[in-house]
Amino acid sequence: MRSGVIAKKIGMTRLFMEDGKQIPVTVLQLDNLQVVGQRTNDKHGYTAVQLGAGTAKAKRTSQAMRGHFAAANVAPKRKLVEFRVDEDKLIDVGAEISAEHYLEGQFVDVAGTSIGKGFAGGMKRHNFGGLRATHGVSISHRSHGSTGQCQNPGKVFKGKKMAGHMGAVRVTTQNLQVVRTDSDRGLIMIKGAVPGPKGGWVTIKDAVKKPLPDNLPLPAAIRVTEAPVEAAEAPAEGGEE
Amino acid sequence: MDLIAQIEAEQIASLGKTIPDFKPGDTVRVGYKVTEGTRTRVQNYEGVCISRRNGAGIAASFTVRKISFGEGVERVFPLYSTNIEYIEVVRRGRVRRAKLYYLRSRRGKSARIAEDTTYKPLNKNA
Repeated sequence: MRSGVIAKKIGMTRLFMEDGKQIPVTVLQLDNLQVVGQRTNDKHGYTAVQLGAGTAKAKRTSQAMRGHFAAANVAPKRKLVEFRVDEDKLIDVGAEISAEHYLEGQFVDVAGTSIGKGFAGGMKRHNFGGLRATHGVSISHRSHGSTGQCQNPGKVFKGKKMAGHMGAVRVTTQNLQVVRTDSDRGLIMIKGAVPGPKGGWVTIKDAVKKPLPDNLPLPAAIRVTEAPVEAAEAPAEGGEE
Repeated sequence: MDLIAQIEAEQIASLGKTIPDFKPGDTVRVGYKVTEGTRTRVQNYEGVCISRRNGAGIAASFTVRKISFGEGVERVFPLYSTNIEYIEVVRRGRVRRAKLYYLRSRRGKSARIAEDTTYKPLNKNA
């Protein structure tokens, strides 16, 4: 298993293809995506890479986290996520991952935090049908119906679908297709919708339910330009604070 | 410009379409690619443009209405569709609405649109 990436949801648009097809795509951006740490079998008992994305202000980063970023020689990051990887697919600390990590046409799973809907009724939350518009129904057209039986069992069963808080939970959408990548700007365009609001963070992984393409970059597609320069600047920033 | 607008502008530029200046009320002829089996040919569709939507962005579309064999037919075309070979303006109409949906309830004489004789082409260089 190779590492996934952290991306920021930019928004949706459409692409016109040569054959006249239009494809709705979500644009995701890799924003300064770097490896911040490694988890190894010897030290931690499992293998993973810790990736960081975005840029955080050094003065708003806690002293402990500043030390963590300084140890990795990277600028402070906004979002940190660990990805489990095989031992031979660990990525060097400080390496910057580019959008070519995913191939065009490849299938991926995208996970993010869905848009919060607040306290929602049964019709919106569970697709209940509601009550009738007429025939004596009074001020309860959108209510759920009965929630159970009678004196026996005399209770509402646990897990009964009712009104309540909806959204703002972690949602994974599986088997989305990568339509286009742009490594200069770090863009990945994915067919269809992706959970979460614009500007929200999502994680992209290779689809677990589809076979992997043959020519995937392993362990990751590393961006070579400017990477050492950025790494050199990072400790200087950390040192000033 | 935000990133999405930038991506859309780039795509519009790369599609390289020349969109004539037309408005609701104008009669347009659209050459639409039709694939029959393996053969591809261009089909003409001529009628009154009754609405344009979503401005000049990549999602822009326009609706063309015509009377075909006594039956009103409306087709919505994406403005930047790669299936559109050409768009020609046949006649400029003078109307006072952006959306000419009132034509749907009209037939014959009352569904006519006066010709705009004062049309001046946009000078894009100026």
